[in-house]
Amino acid sequence: MVWNEQESTSEKLTSRPVMATIILFVGLIVLLLTGALSISFGAADINLKTVWTGVFEFDPNLTSHQIIQELRMPRVIAAALVGAFLAVSGAIMQGMTRNPLASPSIMGVTAGSAFMIAIAFAFFPGTSYIGLMIWSFVGAGLGVGLVFTIGSFSKGGLTPVKLALAGVAVTALLQSVSTAIAIHFNVAQDITFWYAGGVAGTRWVMIQILIPVAIIGLILALLVAPSITVLSLGDDMAKGLGQRTAHVKIVGTIVVLLLTGAAVAVAGTIGFIGLVIPHITRFLVGVDYRWIIPCAAVLGALLLVLADLGARMINPPFETPVGAITAMIGVPFFLYLARREGKGF
Amino acid sequence: MEMIKNTYRNQFIVMAILFIFILITFFLSLNLGHIKIAPLEVIQTLFGSGTSENKLVLFDFRLPRMVIALLIGAGLGISGAILQGVSQNGLADPGILGINAGAGLAVVIFIFFFQGSMTSLGTLSIFMMPIFALIGGVFAAFLIYTLAWKGGVTPTRLILVGIGINAAFGAGLIIFQLKMNPNDFMQATVWLSGSIWGANWKFVLTVLPWILILIPFTMYKASSLNVLNLGDEMATGLGVAVEKERRILLLTSVGLAGACVAVGGGISFLGLVAPHLARRLVGSKHQVLLPATALIGALLLLVADMIGRNLLAPSEIPVGLVVSALGAPYFIYLLIKVN
Repeated sequence: MVWNEQESTSEKLTSRPVMATIILFVGLIVLLLTGALSISFGAADINLKTVWTGVFEFDPNLTSHQIIQELRMPRVIAAALVGAFLAVSGAIMQGMTRNPLASPSIMGVTAGSAFMIAIAFAFFPGTSYIGLMIWSFVGAGLGVGLVFTIGSFSKGGLTPVKLALAGVAVTALLQSVSTAIAIHFNVAQDITFWYAGGVAGTRWVMIQILIPVAIIGLILALLVAPSITVLSLGDDMAKGLGQRTAHVKIVGTIVVLLLTGAAVAVAGTIGFIGLVIPHITRFLVGVDYRWIIPCAAVLGALLLVLADLGARMINPPFETPVGAITAMIGVPFFLYLARREGKGF
Repeated sequence: MEMIKNTYRNQFIVMAILFIFILITFFLSLNLGHIKIAPLEVIQTLFGSGTSENKLVLFDFRLPRMVIALLIGAGLGISGAILQGVSQNGLADPGILGINAGAGLAVVIFIFFFQGSMTSLGTLSIFMMPIFALIGGVFAAFLIYTLAWKGGVTPTRLILVGIGINAAFGAGLIIFQLKMNPNDFMQATVWLSGSIWGANWKFVLTVLPWILILIPFTMYKASSLNVLNLGDEMATGLGVAVEKERRILLLTSVGLAGACVAVGGGISFLGLVAPHLARRLVGSKHQVLLPATALIGALLLLVADMIGRNLLAPSEIPVGLVVSALGAPYFIYLLIKVN
């Protein structure tokens, strides 16, 4: 990794707790407002007052309350959680590898998940929804695992370019097999709908799975946060400070797999949130991962709730795939980083 | 002197062996398929005395697609060789750089808006497809080149920007694909995966002029490629207008890739693997590297097509998937080995 050490010591070693606290508070309030807005918007327009009563004074006899409770609330909550998961995973990946291009979307997560889903659709057609989520979960882990392994084994280590190219290669490999399966068993469109589907059609069952993951994953993330801060300064520095880098990396990887796996399982592949948000967060709050992780979670949640709202507003009544919207936001940002040859801010 | 003579002879032998391999595979491929035709019958049919059924299978189905496999294989191989030469990066490939995705998106948009369907392609639109693919490919290449430009273009930036552009076009493709009906969706998926199963002689005629013009042109530019490969500073020192040559060659590469994608869909990794294997066999002088790359590319695609047709018969695996499944591990191997 070719961080410009001068730059990183003079500019990057600042932490701004006040800014971080403001982001957390304001971010959460804005998130709630956006969530309410998102609930009120849709084919059946519901005003904000009804949203309030629908959430807090639920009356099962009203259709609007039914819509709010059964369709729109789980969707918004899922969007917020998935956004937070992806952003936190990205932040941890970037911190651990000191690689500004590290993020779930370019690391074979999509391909891995789609690969397993293809197998499930083709060979176990009756698989339940929960079953599919587990498959997708395993697949996401497989993708990230492969990319990381290849990246680490390659000469010169995990440079941004190597990591990105390893992602491309693993994606191509897994995708070719899963597309062949999909075509042979005629399930191609089902699979694409699965991973381009976003958070539409989320049910409470899925939220029930997401919440424990959120609690475990985010707590673990916060626990390793101080170590990741040290790790992000470089392996040598971390070892010099007496840190067991291997342990930290293992816990970090577990958190990443847990969070991305769950996110992909619920929402399919939503690219670039895990890339963009950590950078913006670091830019705003400095280098301390104890602040970066919660702030990234809030900002990631906010971005995905907004993107999901956008997906429904662009071309109603049709939904634009939310992954395409995050790509529209994320690609220019990726290109900006690419122009700097992956040297970060 | 003796050494040089020897290398020339070796290179000649390598080419001859490749050529023989192609002939053998070609013949094998004619036999194999959903309907098996015995070798003797193949020869009889080729010389005009076979049954009408065999004639139909060979002349209307197998021969055109095999000829296309040869043409596209050679074209993509050369396209990759040029990209690797001008970017001085052994990991460049039209598929990885997003040129295929650009061409693919243009063709899907064309089909979506002007045809309404993937299945009923008229003669005119078959000839129009390469043009659209070319426009898409050139557009992608232009985007990549401009966005990677920062007082010059470095190989790392070129590849990273390419990956970004690839993602952007991929997102565009998903938007259009999900609006298609299931039948078109399937067709589009197969086509985007790289397929030559709908091939007939019209497709051959479509792609042939591009190959016949652009490959000799690349050969003519072989010495420029040699010089560019030495690095920008050296090339400038030797009096080569680096950026101008690079642009011309890049355009040639995109032209070849665009024409091939239009007919064969998104075949990735062939443009990466073929030049690498060729370099191992005949060295890195483009005068011999280019023809060897073309032969290897043609051979690989022919083999991949044969595998794709027969592995899960009667259903076909798009040839691009076979190439990816074989090419990606090789790419990973290179990635681990190259520093």
